[in-house]
Parts: sequence; structure tokens; C-alpha cells
Amino acid sequence: MAELHVELVAADRQVWSGKASLVVARITSGDIGIMPGHQPLLGVLQEGPVTIRTTGETGEGTVVAAVHGGFISYTDGKLSLLAEIAELSEEIDVERAERALEQARSEADAAAERRADVRLRAAAAAAGR
Amino acid sequence: MGSQLRVYKRRIKTVSATKKITRAMEMIAASRIVKAQRKVAASKPYADELTAAVTAVANSSNVKHPLTTEAERPRRAAVLLVTSDRGLAGGYSSNALKAGEQLTGELVARGLEVDTYIVGRKGVAYYAFRERPTTKSWTGFTDSPTYADAKEVAAPLIEAMERDTDEGGVDELHIVYTEFVSMMTQTPVGRRLLPLSLAEVAEASEQSPAKSTDPKALYEFEPSAEEVLDALMPRYVESRIYNALLQAAASKHAATRRAMKSATDNAEDLIRSFTRLANAARQAEITQEITEIVGGASALADATAGSER
Repeated sequence: MAELHVELVAADRQVWSGKASLVVARITSGDIGIMPGHQPLLGVLQEGPVTIRTTGETGEGTVVAAVHGGFISYTDGKLSLLAEIAELSEEIDVERAERALEQARSEADAAAERRADVRLRAAAAAAGR
Repeated sequence: MGSQLRVYKRRIKTVSATKKITRAMEMIAASRIVKAQRKVAASKPYADELTAAVTAVANSSNVKHPLTTEAERPRRAAVLLVTSDRGLAGGYSSNALKAGEQLTGELVARGLEVDTYIVGRKGVAYYAFRERPTTKSWTGFTDSPTYADAKEVAAPLIEAMERDTDEGGVDELHIVYTEFVSMMTQTPVGRRLLPLSLAEVAEASEQSPAKSTDPKALYEFEPSAEEVLDALMPRYVESRIYNALLQAAASKHAATRRAMKSATDNAEDLIRSFTRLANAARQAEITQEITEIVGGASALADATAGSER
């Protein structure tokens, strides 16, 4: 089966890279799923969880990451997810994100609330699989 | 102990204390260069992917964007000057400032008004002392800049680029920073960052061997090419500024290391020459003592010999 070569990079580090069979990400017009052989695509990512269904050496599995803005680009079996901030679900400190969410709500800080919410959703998606 | 000898001993002690400090600073700077270099390397994948994305847009469509359109008659330019917060780095900051002066001179010669933006306390102090106006300045993060810092610096610059020239906006953005060539060489450079000519980006990425995907691929843009470019350009500028800040930090640490190394070497030289002088003073003292004893003894001997006769 054809594979996607996925690179998930944040501004200051490479977060994840490997082979995958399906990547689901949220772009401006809604969720988009990309499988091998997709038409070349360049889209603007929305804040949200990205789900990567891995194959190959890493084995069958799912990697969930929280991305905060960025781009998705696909050409020729190579998929790049560019985000200013990106975290894998296992890196997310759920308690801290919950605290941040509470605080953001009480301070009515919409941006911080969204960030914390995305982290929690990514963590929940990873836990619920 | 002779007074001279005591003076030399004291100076040797002071210089060795200074040497210990400069040696410690040299070591710290050396370890920070490695860390800073690692950060430069870590930011590379993101910068590469961004460049690839910008290239993709450039190749697949001819969209216009304020950050990529050359002004017909540029009137104002912004210069971002990256210096350091702290000194003790040899000519690092003054070299960067000199490069900035030169670039500013060239821009003025082209008939442009120059807005100066400064990063680093040294640059701020330089301009404040000469009572020259600066548009905006940032301090406090030059040793290890984060992406958030770069974003903060980029925001007003991008905003100024997008604004109309008549309302205080600028037509060009130049950046002056110190490029980290190697541990021994760091060169201050002045580059034009904006307006970015998309053709240039496309050319540069075609030359790099890392680019394997077909740049002419027909992309599908989500939601549209304009909007993708709109979102892409500020990120591109931020990542370029981030890269410049990181390189400047690495260069600063390298300059500090070199300056501290030569300070340590100088201290060693001083200690050596003072030790020589102290030894000579001690020898002179001993010789004098011997002469005095011998003189005293022979005077005594002469006196006894005279009375016995």
C-alpha cells in the first residue's frame, strides 16, 4: 500500500516524522483527510487536533497532535504539517491545560481558551482511541 | 620581603583572579554557542518547509500581495538592526552597528527615509547616545531568542509594510544581523527581506539539492491561493527574523568566547612577565643581602686583623 511520508514541524523543532496511511487535519473549510495519491494541496490549518494513522516501521497506530495555526502541504507522497506550535498528545499536560482553560475562561482570553481547548481535545482523542 | 617584590606578588594575584573569571566566561560562552547552533539547526526544517510552500504558491499562481509587490517609487524603508544586550564580546555589537550605518547610508543615498528598529540594549544605547530616533526597540532576549520573541519583533514590521506609505508605512524592509559562518568567523550582513520577489525564492529553492519534489506541481489551494499567501507571508517573515535572531545569538556567543579567550591569554602573558620581574627582584634582594653580609664580614675581619698586628 502506498504511504504518506509525514513531517510535522513546529517553528523551533521537528515534532514528528514518519510513514502514515491517513492524515486528518482541520483546515479553514472543515476537516480534510489525506491519503496517498491526493492531489497536491496547500491549505491553511485551523487550530485543532491532527490525527495521523501511522504505518511502516512505527507500526499500526494513531498519533494525535495539537496544532495551533499553520499550513498543510502535500505533494508526491510527502505531506508537511507546519505549525508555529505543535505538540503530540503524550506531551500535553492535561491538568495544566485544564487549569489554563479555567483561567482563560475567567479572564475571557479567547485565544488562550482556544489553545487550551485544542490541547484537551487532542489529549482526549488520543485517550479515547 | 622587599617592597618591590611585594608589589609584584600582589599584581600577580589580581591578574590570576581576573584570569579565572575570563576563563569561566570563555567556557560558558563555548557551551552556549553549541546550544545556539542546535537551535539554528532545529529551526531549519520549519524554515525549509515554509520556503517550499512559498515556492509552491509562487510557481502555481501569480497572486499579488503587499509583501511581495515592489513599490514603483519606494520612499521609506525600515531597517531592523540586531545587536546584543551585553558587551564583553569584542567588536560584535559595533561591527553590527557599523554594517547598519552603512546600509542606512546607502538607503539614504537612494533617497529613502529610514525607520530604525533595534533589537538589543547595545544598539539602543548607541542610538540614544547620539540622540537619533528609533521607531521601536526590543531588549532582553538576545542571548536565547524564542519564536515568540521573533513574532513580537515581526508584528510591527509586517504591519508597517502593509500600511500605506503616506500613513507612516514603509516600502522596504532590511535586516542587519551577524551571520554565523563558523566558530571563528562571524560576518555582519545587511539583507533586504521585503518586498520578497517570489521569483527569487523559487530560484533559490531550485538550486538547493534538498528540494526533490516537483516545484511545478499543480496545487490545490485551500481556501484560495490569495488567502494561503496571506497567511503564509507573515509566517515566512517571522521565520526569517527568527533565523536572524538565532544566528545573531550564536555569533554573539562566539564573539564573547573569542574575546574572553584573548583576555585569558593576555592575563597569562601578564602573569608570566610579572613572575619574571618578581624573580629578578627576589634575586636582586638576595644578591644585595649577600653583598651586605660579605661586606660586613670582611669589614669585621679587617678590623680584627688590624688590632692583632
